[in-house]
Amino acid sequence: MTTTLLLVQALNGIQFGLILFLIAAGLTLVFGVMDFINLAHGVQYMVGAYLVAAFSAWTGNFGTALLLALPTALAFGLLLEVLIFRHLYDRDHLDQVLATFGVIVFLNQAVKFVWGAAPLNVPVPEILSGSVEIASGLLYPVYRLAIIAAGLAVAGILYGLVSHTRVGMLVRAGATNAPMVSALGVNIQRLFMVVFGFGAMLAGFAGAMVAPILSVEPGMGDNILILAFVVIVIGGVGSIRGAFLAALLIGLVDTVGRTFAPSLLRVFLDPATASQTGRAIAPMLIYIFMAAVLFFRPSGLFPAKR
Amino acid sequence: MTELAETQPMSVRSTGWRPELVPLVLFAAFAAAPLLASASGAEGYVLSLLTRVMVFGIAAMSLDLILGYGALVSFGHAAFLGIGAYSVGILASHGIDEALVQVPVALAASAAFALVTGAISLRTKGVYFIMITLAFGQMLFFLATSLAAYGGDDGLTLASRSLVAGTGLIESDTAFYWVSLLCLLGTYALARAIVASRFGRVLRGAKENPVRMEAIGFHPFRYQLAAYVISGMMAGLAGCLMANQAEFVSPAFMTWQRSGELIFMVVLGGLGSLHGAIIGAALFLLLEEFLPEILHAASFMMDAGFRAHLAENWKMVFGPLLILIVVFARGGIIGLLRRGHHG
Repeated sequence: MTTTLLLVQALNGIQFGLILFLIAAGLTLVFGVMDFINLAHGVQYMVGAYLVAAFSAWTGNFGTALLLALPTALAFGLLLEVLIFRHLYDRDHLDQVLATFGVIVFLNQAVKFVWGAAPLNVPVPEILSGSVEIASGLLYPVYRLAIIAAGLAVAGILYGLVSHTRVGMLVRAGATNAPMVSALGVNIQRLFMVVFGFGAMLAGFAGAMVAPILSVEPGMGDNILILAFVVIVIGGVGSIRGAFLAALLIGLVDTVGRTFAPSLLRVFLDPATASQTGRAIAPMLIYIFMAAVLFFRPSGLFPAKR
Repeated sequence: MTELAETQPMSVRSTGWRPELVPLVLFAAFAAAPLLASASGAEGYVLSLLTRVMVFGIAAMSLDLILGYGALVSFGHAAFLGIGAYSVGILASHGIDEALVQVPVALAASAAFALVTGAISLRTKGVYFIMITLAFGQMLFFLATSLAAYGGDDGLTLASRSLVAGTGLIESDTAFYWVSLLCLLGTYALARAIVASRFGRVLRGAKENPVRMEAIGFHPFRYQLAAYVISGMMAGLAGCLMANQAEFVSPAFMTWQRSGELIFMVVLGGLGSLHGAIIGAALFLLLEEFLPEILHAASFMMDAGFRAHLAENWKMVFGPLLILIVVFARGGIIGLLRRGHHG
């Protein structure tokens, strides 16, 4: 029983970790290449979810909705870049935090204005509904497996793009030393735009993928944004590889910790105290983990800058 | 961080009399407000709004002490509000409703939390410092939501305000107003003394150039940690007041959005002036309070439905307003006052 539970929780953890990775990938690049703290990255995830909700209500088909939502999320990200973020690149981190905080306030209210405060539901696509038996007597929803597959596929594509293309090379170079890349004659402004739009689209994709299994509601991006920050700080700012590993770690620690912290503590404490302390400690685990990582390695596990 | 340095000269000696008068005018306004409030006909409302302003003023000022003078961007400062508030709430729920016990406990708890988290956070720099303070804030937030015995997500309601030396001194809103003003004045005087002292100069020196400070024999880390602890304790005091004003405590006191709002108040008022943070807190809260009405009044030529809709969604105006303030009003209100004064 415990092994099946552990397996299910591990799969859930990986799925959550991959979603975190999709968000953190854009964030870490924007952060690493442009040295820009974008708190509004979480609302881009929310916008992705709302777009897919709106398009699937309109077309009645999740696949079409996803295909429509991705370019819209990209366009939306570029719009924000041109309107607001472009004016903040040469400001200090404090101003960036505050201005993007303003973007969050606006967009959280704007989706309420357009779609109402009540959570929206997106049906799981027909073809991916139901469960599959992955081990004897263990059913797991197909859609969650599809999220894992999609997440891994995107991670693979991203790896290919970043390590084997010219743009990817420039992005890596930019994360290590942006002024030098600019001095070598690269149009860094355009590189910023590409990275930014791509990051916004990835966050939107993450939002679109979870829309059928979570409720789509205003403010849904706020907490996941903080988790994405935890991921990139643990992974090392600007490092895609670090973000990937840290995202999986965080996903697993959080999901598995929430299930097993109470039962682990039962070894030391009486059941009532154990379950209470366990429930208190579980949500704090990842932050304790982050503090521990930063204590020993103040610039994360895989820092891009040297 | 260059423009932080520009807003720095505290003693505007030139021909300046106005900048120095700002804190005097500010505190005189707070002192005169109860008299005006009783004339306004909505005394309770005005007093409670202004008490809120003063309490947030203390919190924002405590943040300014490390943010404006030490360039330590703490993104988890609301955690201290939570510690202060929960100290009051938890002690009260065990029947200890004496403020003379609650406040020292709150201060000690804030100091302990600041000491531990500060010692870890200050090992990191820049963005990592922002993120790790945020993480500690979130840690405490989730701890509060899981305290099932003390209301969990829903928080807990206080049976009444704290007793002061066994008397119901702050039971009335007017008395509570004066107590809050006293706390504001006390923390302001303390913070002012700190930044004027040798300690404060070392702190500022460490902000401008930590390497040089170390070369001349100071350990910036110790000074920054001490400032972080003092700042946390002040915010803890603000948390005690906040719990008492609302007679309610909940995890919502320490969301990361609240920490963001505190930073905003400091920047809106102007970094590194202390009273600027109080002005920033006042402006922020008043804007939050009156923007719906202002919008409703400003859209007088539209139809009633649109006006109601606009007032209801005031945050769609508030958000862009925040962005515009960051982009255009550099140096905050204090910066504007100074610039206006100089030319």
